[in-house]
Amino acid sequence: MRRVFRLFWTGWLFNVKNLTLSSFFILSTVVLPVFYATIAYYMFRTGGRPGSLLYVSLGAGMMGIWSSTLFGAGGLIQWQRWQGTLEYVIGVPTRLIFVVLPMTIATASIGLYSVTTTLLWGWLFFDVPFHIVHPLWFALAIPSAVLTLGLMGLVLASTFILARNANSLSNLLEYPVWLVTGLLIGISLLPGWTRPISWVLAPTWGIRGIREAALGGDPGMAIGVCLALGAVYLVIGHFTLQHFERLARERATLALA
Amino acid sequence: MNSIRVFFIGGYLAYRALFNWIHWSMYIPTMLGGPLFQILFFAYIGRYAKLRSDEFFVVGNAVEMSALGGIFGMALTIGGERWTQTLSAILATPANRLALFLGRALPNIANGIIVSTFGFVVGWLLLDFSLAPSEIPAIALVVVVSSFACTSFGMVVGSIGLRARDVFFLANLVIFIFLLFCGVNVPFDSLPGWAQAFGRVLPLTHGIDAARQIAAGASLGHVSGLVWTEAGIGCCYAALAYGLFRFFEASSRRAATLETI
Repeated sequence: MRRVFRLFWTGWLFNVKNLTLSSFFILSTVVLPVFYATIAYYMFRTGGRPGSLLYVSLGAGMMGIWSSTLFGAGGLIQWQRWQGTLEYVIGVPTRLIFVVLPMTIATASIGLYSVTTTLLWGWLFFDVPFHIVHPLWFALAIPSAVLTLGLMGLVLASTFILARNANSLSNLLEYPVWLVTGLLIGISLLPGWTRPISWVLAPTWGIRGIREAALGGDPGMAIGVCLALGAVYLVIGHFTLQHFERLARERATLALA
Repeated sequence: MNSIRVFFIGGYLAYRALFNWIHWSMYIPTMLGGPLFQILFFAYIGRYAKLRSDEFFVVGNAVEMSALGGIFGMALTIGGERWTQTLSAILATPANRLALFLGRALPNIANGIIVSTFGFVVGWLLLDFSLAPSEIPAIALVVVVSSFACTSFGMVVGSIGLRARDVFFLANLVIFIFLLFCGVNVPFDSLPGWAQAFGRVLPLTHGIDAARQIAAGASLGHVSGLVWTEAGIGCCYAALAYGLFRFFEASSRRAATLETI
């Protein structure tokens, strides 16, 4: 058990450092959320809807967590292939899931840069008050959201590999998930058929927990559902990863980019 | 005659070879799918924030979508020569540089028009947006001019790609600068003065304004000043890009850094 934790910690730390040095991820998690947050601040300020701009800051921050998970975890196995490290990742005696999981959670973790940046940006330039109604729940809601998105990343990592070009899928899925999970709008505004889709996506419950902790409400249920969904992702990811590994070994396609 | 061949055939071949999103598996999700959801995303935020009608967002985003082809396309077809290590072979030829350079823009302008048209059609199909048949030719002209202006700006990005280490960082950043400063989703007059001043020297700002006025019933004659300004901005960026291209070519030859990555 200690070995697994040590592996997790080392893998997570290494990947956080690695992604932090990537200009693409800094763009996705620091620069772009600031642009989106600024656009949203102006839209909400100019529009006729009363409400807190903290709602926008938190939503824009979560958008960054989703982007880094989507691009980071979605392209994870493809990048390992391109770098020639996939054989080592699979060849080591440790089970594949224990090696991949810290990587996907690291991609979600660097999304924390987004939350920090958008909150700071809003506070500095748009007078967004940083007043949290339930600080303890907030402190629990943020890591829960990151953990669940990281577990969702495990599913993305092991399914996107079947696509010829994972980047194009990532480009496609960024906006619809922002939209359907209600990161900047109320889900009730969307057509009814989108509701079940939002229920199975981690950002819906992640942002609900964070918002209810920050702006007031009962965040406990949202955080609980978020973590339960994470457990479901873990089970699905475990099987899809196993399936991918078996297929790649059978067909000898491990290193084929 | 040779320059015309370089302009048309060279530009076409460069597009086929270097615009690596041309395969349908990349083109549909990236150039059509992403922008489709971009329109829906901002239109729904607009509804939620009670900002403006769907028309405001469909027109703004559909015209802005012409930038995708122009900016990323030019980053790929000019800057890409460096990555594929073919830049020295291209620059060793005696081909007319202007034809070589501008020929690459033509397919990207056409692509920008296609993507933008798709945006308008999607807006018409999925949102509360429609155009009168009489408005379509004027809007089409604005889209062509805006696509040209964006592609000219893309040429600047592509030229910088001959020298800069990460041209895609810059290309991505430019798209978001357009989204914020050109009045795509935020009413232009609600931006701070300095942001408006910056937005006025960018492509798209005047094009989007013209397209919105036409969609609201104005005639082409009424917005001709905006359309000419958009075209003028495009010409200025094209000239700047060509100057940069020649400057980087000359300095790279001098310093033997043509294909340094």
